Amino acid sequence: MTIHVHEQVHRPRVSDQGFDARTPKVRIYLMGKEYQVPNVLTIMAAIEYAGYRLVRGCGCRAGFCGACSTIYRKTDDYKLYSALACQTLVEEGMYLVQIPFVPAVKSLYDMEEITLTDNVILRYYPEIARCVSCNTCTRSCPQGIRVMDYIQASLRGNIARAAHLSFDCIQCGLCSSRCPADIKHYHVGQLVRRVYETRIAPKSPHLARRIEELDSGVYDEEMNRLMTSSLSELKQRYESRKIEPVSED
Amino acid sequence: MIKITTRRPASDLVERVAELSGQSIFACYQCGTCSSGCPFIEAMDLHPHMVLRHLMFGMEDVLTSKTIWVCASCFMCAERCPRDIDMARIMEALRQVNLRENVDHIKISHMTEAELEGVPQIALVAHFRKNTG
Amino acid sequence: MDIKYYPGCTVKTSARNYEASAIAALRYLGVELSELEQWNCCGVVHTLSTDDLMKQLAPIRVLKHVEQCEEREEVVTLCDMCYNTLSQANRLVKDDPAKLKTVNTFMECDDSHGGYTGTVRVVHLLQVLRDTIGFQAIKKKVKYPLRGMKVFPYYGCMLLRPGEVGIDTPEDPTIIGDLMRALGAEVIDDPVKIECCGSHHTVGDRSIVFERIERIIGRARSKGAEAVVLSCPLCRFNLDTRQQEDRTIELPLPVFYYTQLMGVAFGLDEAVLGLNEHRIDPRPLLREIGYQKKGEYGRITT
Repeated sequence: MTIHVHEQVHRPRVSDQGFDARTPKVRIYLMGKEYQVPNVLTIMAAIEYAGYRLVRGCGCRAGFCGACSTIYRKTDDYKLYSALACQTLVEEGMYLVQIPFVPAVKSLYDMEEITLTDNVILRYYPEIARCVSCNTCTRSCPQGIRVMDYIQASLRGNIARAAHLSFDCIQCGLCSSRCPADIKHYHVGQLVRRVYETRIAPKSPHLARRIEELDSGVYDEEMNRLMTSSLSELKQRYESRKIEPVSED
Repeated sequence: MIKITTRRPASDLVERVAELSGQSIFACYQCGTCSSGCPFIEAMDLHPHMVLRHLMFGMEDVLTSKTIWVCASCFMCAERCPRDIDMARIMEALRQVNLRENVDHIKISHMTEAELEGVPQIALVAHFRKNTG
Repeated sequence: MDIKYYPGCTVKTSARNYEASAIAALRYLGVELSELEQWNCCGVVHTLSTDDLMKQLAPIRVLKHVEQCEEREEVVTLCDMCYNTLSQANRLVKDDPAKLKTVNTFMECDDSHGGYTGTVRVVHLLQVLRDTIGFQAIKKKVKYPLRGMKVFPYYGCMLLRPGEVGIDTPEDPTIIGDLMRALGAEVIDDPVKIECCGSHHTVGDRSIVFERIERIIGRARSKGAEAVVLSCPLCRFNLDTRQQEDRTIELPLPVFYYTQLMGVAFGLDEAVLGLNEHRIDPRPLLREIGYQKKGEYGRITT
C-alpha cells in the first residue's frame, strides 16, 4: 500500500483563481521538483495549481484545523522554516514538504480522576523534564505561541500560565516534530488547559444554567422531529438552511 | 598464565572517552583515592579506579557496568584525585557513549505514578539527563 | 537592598517553604528578594561532556536574560543544584569565548545583539548572608536565640564541588554552621556533612538513597543532633520525605532549611515559614525550645 500525501492529477486551476498570465510567478519546489506558480497563492493553492489533489494534509483552509503543516527551506537561507500551507504565501525559491501528521501518542487519563498536584503534568508527560530550553518549538510554531515557555510552566506546575500561553494551539504538531527532547507539546498543552478549566478556572454560571436547560429537555421535541424526518425532508431543510445570520437591514 | 603484550587494544574506546571527557586517562596511577571516598561504592560492580584501569586496556565491560549509572556526579572523587583526573567526567563520557547510540538507560514512558508524583522537579530532570540521550 | 533571585522549578513546587521562609527572613533583615521576570529550568546537572553544548542552552538562556533583559550583574539562587549548574555553565562560557559564540548564535543573537557576554555573577543566598549582610549583623537581629538546640548542618555536594564553584572549603565547610551559631544554636559536626544524599537516585533506585540517608542520619544522631539543617531542596526531599519512608530509621530527625531556622530565631510566624509542610514534623522540637511562646525562647539548660 502506498500512502499519498498528495497525488498529481493535472488539473490546472488558473481560471478558477482570479489571476491571469500577467501575474508574476515564483519558483517553488514540491518534494524536489520545480514549479512556476503565481506569487499571490498560498502554499496550499500553489500545490493545487501545480496539479496535485490534496488527499491528506488539508482541512479547513482557514488556519484553524492544523492539518496542513509544512516545512520548507529557501535557496538563500540555512534555516528550516515551518508554516501552515493554507495561511502562508509562496515565496521565490521555497523547497516545500508537507507534514500532514506528526506521530504523538496521547497519554490516557480520566479527567474525573485527575487531582491537581505540582506534578500533575509530569505524571502523564514526564518527558517534559527533558526540555533543554533550546526554544526550537517556539521557533517552529506557526501560531506564534511561546511553546517553550508553556512547557517550562507545566514543568514547574504553573497550570494557569501554561493554559493561557498555549491557548491558541491548533495541534498541527510542528513543535513536536522538531523537539530534540521528544516532547509532545500539543498534548501537554491540551492537558494543561483541561486541568485548568476543570480544576482552577472559576465555574461559569451560564454554562451550568444551559446544561440544566438541556437536561430539562427543551430540545427533545425538535430532535425527535429531526430523527423521524424522511431523507427528502432532511435534504430540503439542508438546502434552505441559513449559513450565516442575515441582518435585518 | 598472564601474557604480556605490546599490542594496542583494538577498541577506540579510550580515545572516545578521552575526547568526550577531556581527561587524561593514562595519568591515573591507581592510588584508589576515588574509590575510597565514593559514597556509592556499595552499589557499584566496578569500583571507580577499576573503571579507569579497565579503560586503559580498552576493555569494553566498562560500558555495561552498573557503576557508570550509579555515579551521581557528586564530584567527591574529582575533588580528591591527586592526579587531577575528573572521574565524574569519565563516568559521564561512558554514559554518553551508550546514550548516543539512541538507547536510553531508562524507559520514561513506563514510569509509574508512585515514581513521578511528589518527586522534586530537580530529581526528575537530573534523572532524565543522566539516563536518556 | 534589593536582590533578584532565580527560584528554579522545585522552589516553586515541593520547596515552596524554602522560598517563603527566605523571603520572610530576608525582609526582616531589610532585604527584598524579587523574582526574575522570566526564567526556565537551569538543566539541574551540569553537562560534563566537552561537546554537548545543547545542554548548556538552558543555563546560558537564564544568564542572558539576567544580563540583557533585567540588566543585572548578579543573580541569587536558593537551590544548590541551580546554583551549581548556573555557575559551572557561566564559568565554561567565560573561559571559552568560542563556545559562548556558538551558544549565542544558536539563540539567534551575538555579543553585540542581545547575546550573553559573560558579565553575570551567580551567587547562592548563603553567600549573600555571609558576605554581604554578615553573620555578625544577623546575630544582632536575633530576637529568640535557638539556645540549646543541637543542629547538624548538612552541605551535600552542589554547594561545595567542584571546588572552582564551591562557596566554602570543600572538605570542611562551615558556612551553615557559622550561621547557626549566629542564631544561637549548638552545631554538631561530622565529616558525613559533605557526602552525597543519593541525589536523583530517589527516582530510579530508592535503596541507594536509603543507604545514604541511614548513614547521614545515623552519624548525626550518634553525635547528639536533634535536627538537620540544609539548603538544597533535593537533599531536603531525600533526608525528610525518604527518611520518613525508611523503616529502619526508628527515631527520625526533622530537617530544616536554614532560612526556616532564621525565621524561628527572628520570631516569625510558623505559617509563614511553612513548618507544616515537612514530612517529619519539626514543630514538637521547636515547641521544646519555646517557639511561638514569646519571651520564653531558649531551652532552660543547667
